[in-house]
Amino acid sequence: MHWINAIAIFIMIGSGWKIYNDDVILGWLHFPDGIVIGKWAQYGLQWHFFGMWIFVLNGIAYLSYGIATGRFRRKLFPISFRELLATISDALRFRLAHDDLTHYNAVQKMLYLGVMAAGILIVITGLCLWKPVQFSELASLFGSFQIIRVVHFLCMAAIVGFLVVHISLALLVPQSLAAMVTGGPIVDDGAPEIKPTH
Amino acid sequence: MSIPTRTPSIFRPNGGIDQSPLSRHRRLVEDINRRNVLRGAISLGALSLLTGCDVSEDDSVQKMLRAVSAWNDRVQSAIFRPTHLAPTYSAAQVVKPPRFNAYYDIEDIKPVDGATWKLELSGLIDNKQPWTAQQIYALPEQEEIIKHICVEGWDYIGQWSGPNLRDFLQRVGADLTAKYVYFICNDDYTESIDMATALHPQTILATKYAGSPLADPFGFPMRLRTSTKLGYKNAKWVKAIEVSNDFRETFWSKQGFNWFAGI
Repeated sequence: MHWINAIAIFIMIGSGWKIYNDDVILGWLHFPDGIVIGKWAQYGLQWHFFGMWIFVLNGIAYLSYGIATGRFRRKLFPISFRELLATISDALRFRLAHDDLTHYNAVQKMLYLGVMAAGILIVITGLCLWKPVQFSELASLFGSFQIIRVVHFLCMAAIVGFLVVHISLALLVPQSLAAMVTGGPIVDDGAPEIKPTH
Repeated sequence: MSIPTRTPSIFRPNGGIDQSPLSRHRRLVEDINRRNVLRGAISLGALSLLTGCDVSEDDSVQKMLRAVSAWNDRVQSAIFRPTHLAPTYSAAQVVKPPRFNAYYDIEDIKPVDGATWKLELSGLIDNKQPWTAQQIYALPEQEEIIKHICVEGWDYIGQWSGPNLRDFLQRVGADLTAKYVYFICNDDYTESIDMATALHPQTILATKYAGSPLADPFGFPMRLRTSTKLGYKNAKWVKAIEVSNDFRETFWSKQGFNWFAGI
């Protein structure tokens, strides 16, 4: 699911930048032709409305899997504020522990949850941009069409920011890539699932 | 109470977590420093520059993308709510004059002479008698203060009035069970909409903007204005209307823009 998502995100961001260029939100920001997908506006749009199906269907499958199997609950919770500060301070001093590939530190947990939230919000705002009249009840929660565009844009910026860190670090620790490709072994992270006793 | 064991993913081999990569590469992991971070970031930037090639125009790729676009037409048609009204606004929010847009510049428009203009009717319509501008302007009017949303991303609030399209189609005895309504324009522009959109309560043949007859750049003497389509579907300077069951590509859809273009 990760690599399908990677392809979908690549298509969505590249074609989204092409669409953005036709009516920029920030006067100084215009994505160079070399890094957008689609030479003409219609190609950017075609790719975006093709990629959306991959992104959304794969995203639903991923989130359902993560929730149904309890993977998110085990891997991403709980997050303690103290642990978060400690991890940040370790990271800034390049003293992060990497003892266990299957254990996420507090910053990783926050980032993964944050990027998932951005992914969900970018789909919701995307629906509102695609169908502001058919989904007018949903769209009205944001205010105006232009506000929805800005939120959609900010979600993209958040995801791109995440990707810069995510990809840089994965390239720095290439072993994690190998584990991703081969699936890695089953993990006993010391937190057995306990069924409610009633 | 038993503690259930987690069902292993079929993608994961059994056995404990293999921590050997960490011990094998402990030196490297410990070696992460600012220089490496910078080097990684720079090569990532270089990698992103390699994406410039464009395969969109390749025949098979374009075929696939257009097939998805046709699928999206069907999805949009399925989620279209025939009587759901688009948000409307107050007269104080109206932008005057409206924003001009066409595939050419405003200086290149060819104004239509209202005195000689006639609206031709064809296809699945009982009474194909052409209409003069005077006759059209004498029909009951409906006013809509609605948003115009362009595929490029900009929008503005406009105040349009003119005869309701559904009423007009009924008046001329059009087959309301047909699939498409085509608009042929005084320039070489063509557009078509699905019948459900043609019959939507907020779809009108606009003849006025903010209470005055349309100015030349905005479609005088008559244009389509619907609250449920992107800007480019709203054909200006309409000179003929055709009702048909046959699908033909229109000005923008020929070039790869989505045909349904609903909002």
